[in-house]
Amino acid sequence: MNPAFSVVFLTTAAGAGYGMLAWLGVLDAVGVLPRSGWFGGSAVATALVLAAAGLLASTLHLGHPERAWRALSQWRTSWLSREGVVSLVTFVPAGGFGLAWALAGGAAPVTVVLGLLAAVCGLATVASQAMIYASLKPIRQWHHQAVLPNFLLLALYSGAICVAALVVWVEPTAERTAGGVALLAGALALAGKLGYWRAIDTAPAAATIESATGLGFLGKVRSLELPHTEENYLLREMGFVIGRRHAHRLRQIAIWLGFAGPMVLLVVGVVADALGGGGEVLLPLAALGALVGIYLERWLFFAEATHTVTLYYGRAA
Amino acid sequence: MTAIPQPGAKKLGLVIDLDTCVGCHACAVNCKEWNTSGQSGPLTDFHPYEAKQDGVWLNRIHTYEAGTGTESRTVHFPRSCLHCEEPACVTVCPTGASYKRAEDGIVLVNAEICIGCKLCSWACPYGAREFDEDQGVMRKCTLCVDRIYNENIVEAERVPACVRACPAQARHFGDLGDPDSAVSQLVAERGGIDLMPEMGYKPVNKYLPPRRRPVPAAPARPLEPVPTGGANALLRWIDRALSR
Repeated sequence: MNPAFSVVFLTTAAGAGYGMLAWLGVLDAVGVLPRSGWFGGSAVATALVLAAAGLLASTLHLGHPERAWRALSQWRTSWLSREGVVSLVTFVPAGGFGLAWALAGGAAPVTVVLGLLAAVCGLATVASQAMIYASLKPIRQWHHQAVLPNFLLLALYSGAICVAALVVWVEPTAERTAGGVALLAGALALAGKLGYWRAIDTAPAAATIESATGLGFLGKVRSLELPHTEENYLLREMGFVIGRRHAHRLRQIAIWLGFAGPMVLLVVGVVADALGGGGEVLLPLAALGALVGIYLERWLFFAEATHTVTLYYGRAA
Repeated sequence: MTAIPQPGAKKLGLVIDLDTCVGCHACAVNCKEWNTSGQSGPLTDFHPYEAKQDGVWLNRIHTYEAGTGTESRTVHFPRSCLHCEEPACVTVCPTGASYKRAEDGIVLVNAEICIGCKLCSWACPYGAREFDEDQGVMRKCTLCVDRIYNENIVEAERVPACVRACPAQARHFGDLGDPDSAVSQLVAERGGIDLMPEMGYKPVNKYLPPRRRPVPAAPARPLEPVPTGGANALLRWIDRALSR
């Protein structure tokens, strides 16, 4: 599948934003984050800016961005519509959460209630985003039970590491908690991703050229002539091959840049802060690495996915 | 509304005979000609008269080789929307632009409200939907909804353009929901099949597989050697001609 910038950026940025929101809501409810209104307000604002940037970028993908509002209507059947609705609804409790934190302070009852509500809505957005892909049967790498947990874990990891990168400027004790949470989420997300990659590498094809043409009863089927001499929309959109050619190397880069590197920086940063300082630089650097690495991972999620229409063109699916 | 309506009795669709299709692309050309000025028009073409032509086709004709040895075939294979009974292209649509008609089962796109998100083309296993880069909306086969009910054209023309164009009569149009219709009878008689049934989309369109070649009862016996010296010229010529 063609890894269009708009969609890859949307799922990465919105994943980090809504993941941040989830952690801010939960960690504030537990009472381990700084109570300062200045911190809470700006942290929630950062999360919402990330989410909004992703949503805006996604409209670039549309043939008619001015009609985007229509996408909110079919939530009964369409996961894309559900994602649109929930992503916007989230801004209500999330906006209230940020305001309450800024005015009433962290861990105040109103802040906690709105924060938990925002956390649930944020995770629901990420889950519906995952289901857009997981519900598509023709793409076996997406129509997979690991896709939903993968999206959630990656959002929680990128969200946690962003929270840690903000907390480090305010309160060293909270930094250790947030860093620990990010480390745990990172380990789980990496394990999930490695499991996903192994699963899609060994899974059988979704269909064959024989079942696609119904000619299997004659024996093996080969494509002899294509309908047209030039590329077309189907091949550009569904027959993207560059990612698969370099999949192994790109996966290694994603693992080091997105997971191993940032997790080492996290540990070094927290230890350095305990010894005197340096975390203010190292933790944001870790967050940046994680975001770039997850962007690459999401690019691969598209680029490695194969669609059954390519069977008609004599390619694998 | 993108919810699939209760299935009606009528299921209009095509039956495509892979035994008689000659791969002439007339169906695709007539489809393009009709639809570029009809309900789905325009079907944009970029660079139509130079390299890198690129445009929307609602019907594309592939050619395959199937099998090996004496049983192998060259099969021409038209591919278009199958007007599925479980069309995920409809249910994934976030706007309601993509819909399935309750009255005859035709799957259509309302280009007036399509936002061009392309998700429906991802959801179709058969590659039946193509994005119009120029108009920013999705295009697909309409089963020539603007012909089949059109009272302004003569009755013989009230079939999809592809069916009307086919010189080999490899394309048949009718109600596959009615077991007594000509197309249903044809499907029953020839063992018509669904494409990619494992996807669970329940296509309405059926494909008639190429007929098996009759297998000779026993291999032909080799001819007895004929002494060439004794027979006259006429008999020698007859012998040569029959031995070919």
